[in-house]
Amino acid sequence: MSPPPVAEAQRLSISTATLAGAGASPRRRRRSVGRVVGPGLAVTYLSLLVVLPLAALVGKAFSGGWGSFWSAVSAPEAVAALKLTLLSSLAVAAFNGVAGLVIAWVLVRDEFRGKALINAVIDLPFALPTIVAGLTLLTLYGPNSPFHLNVGNAKWGILFALAFVTLPFSVRSVQPVLAELDRETEEAAASLGASSGRVLWRIILPGLAPAMLAGAGLAFARAVGEYGSVVLISGNVPFKTEVASSWIFSLSQSDELGAAAAVSVVLVLVALLVLLGIGLLRRRFDIPESV
Amino acid sequence: MGRYGTEHAVTGRWRWPLRIAALTYLGFLVVIPVGSVFYRAFQHGFGAAWTAISSPDAVHALWLTFLVVLIAVPLDTVFGVGVALILSRHRFPGAWLLDAFVDLPLAVSPVVVGIALVLVYGKSGWWGNWLAARGIHVIFSLPGIVMASATVALPYVVREVLPVLQEIGTDQEQAATTLGASPFTTFRRITLPSIRRSLAYGVTLTTARVIGEFGAVAVVSGLVAGKTQTLTLFIQDGVENLNLVAAYAGAVVLALVALAVLAVVGADRREPTTERRKPRWRSPSDPSPSDSEVPLLSTT
Repeated sequence: MSPPPVAEAQRLSISTATLAGAGASPRRRRRSVGRVVGPGLAVTYLSLLVVLPLAALVGKAFSGGWGSFWSAVSAPEAVAALKLTLLSSLAVAAFNGVAGLVIAWVLVRDEFRGKALINAVIDLPFALPTIVAGLTLLTLYGPNSPFHLNVGNAKWGILFALAFVTLPFSVRSVQPVLAELDRETEEAAASLGASSGRVLWRIILPGLAPAMLAGAGLAFARAVGEYGSVVLISGNVPFKTEVASSWIFSLSQSDELGAAAAVSVVLVLVALLVLLGIGLLRRRFDIPESV
Repeated sequence: MGRYGTEHAVTGRWRWPLRIAALTYLGFLVVIPVGSVFYRAFQHGFGAAWTAISSPDAVHALWLTFLVVLIAVPLDTVFGVGVALILSRHRFPGAWLLDAFVDLPLAVSPVVVGIALVLVYGKSGWWGNWLAARGIHVIFSLPGIVMASATVALPYVVREVLPVLQEIGTDQEQAATTLGASPFTTFRRITLPSIRRSLAYGVTLTTARVIGEFGAVAVVSGLVAGKTQTLTLFIQDGVENLNLVAAYAGAVVLALVALAVLAVVGADRREPTTERRKPRWRSPSDPSPSDSEVPLLSTT
């Protein structure tokens, strides 16, 4: 019996690696210098842009101890902003979860002219700058709406903006899984007399549930931190239409950086918890990372 | 339904309602709003839009955005390829931490990214006094805008290139090294050609994100028209000061960039791209390579 290809490939690559090591001794010094400089530069860059700022954020949030952190986070305006952010993100993630399934279904199972164009439109909210997204929605659903649908300065405006920016997550997480779904099971169930509702509920949805949940999680994480698309349409009325990002922004403009950092830490923690959950879900159900 | 042969139970009856629901939702949420920006920008004629986008503040905003792209995108690209190489070619403790930190900007609100940068480089930040004493101003000036843009766009190149590097493996690179190629030659002749396409996607996405970044830049820029105002901030300024023609004109520029990005990335991104991932050199245990693939090895 011949050895399995993987083992064979490993053996080969080990032998070439040894060869490379033995044959290139004059170059070794240069390579070892490169081995330190490259990662060193990468880690420095990452530290300057991500690690240090994050450390400074956490440090500032707790610079006055737990007490000041807690008072910043439990200030009435902060609580109102966080509550609005979490609730509207949850609502949008749930609604787009269903809408995303319908759109993915049409894209995978239906055939019509211009389907490729519709498929490309799904990615538009990813590519479009958030402030332009906010302006487009304000144009259409704001004070001068041609449909007389003035949702500006209202919570509906926030939901519209969040639905827009999170749409690709909801569609793209379900689409590939739906395309891979075994249609024979559905047909077998249908031929045995199951109604279409029953096929959907007992066969299709169980197969899609993990991917839908992962998509909703990604949408939720994105919605929690959203700022650019919301800022124009919501009007940022404190206690009414001010989301957490707007509240953090206005704190930073009035130089209350400690409070801004404290609320920021809450947002970061929420996003990290959700992403951790999605990571576990992906590993457990082997969902492709499609977004 | 031609493609699958049999009329499907679920699809059959629900086909039209589902199609109409999906298209209506997409229409009202995406297509009509984006289209209306084009309409509003040119509502008062092409001339009005042109005047608005060629005002000194607008030209400065365009120039500043271009400048930020020019600095931030190459930095992120070099970093992205480097980190992808490190993560795919070396095993070391803490690799997962590096991986996690690279992805972090995707999970964090842009406003939070901006504030975190202010807390290090701002006036009252960790390094603020030290930098100010040396006459270096980061926050409320160009370096801060570049850093904020570079941070939010950090993950894209890594995320595009890393899976390809992991898939192609190191066989060809080791072969090149065995044959005496320097690390740089190996990278240029072997690694770079195989990641070219994913790198192009990564750079495109990075550029789009840098051009379109708003929240993080709004925090660090200080919002000074004609000085630290990028194109996205110019649009917001236009809306707030009721200079809507300027806002729409700026939005059209950015929307055109977004459509161009979609044309580059969206078109074939979702298609399975087997051809780019196939190694050009095969190990002897693989099925015999076709003739066209042999010369590459013999000429090296």
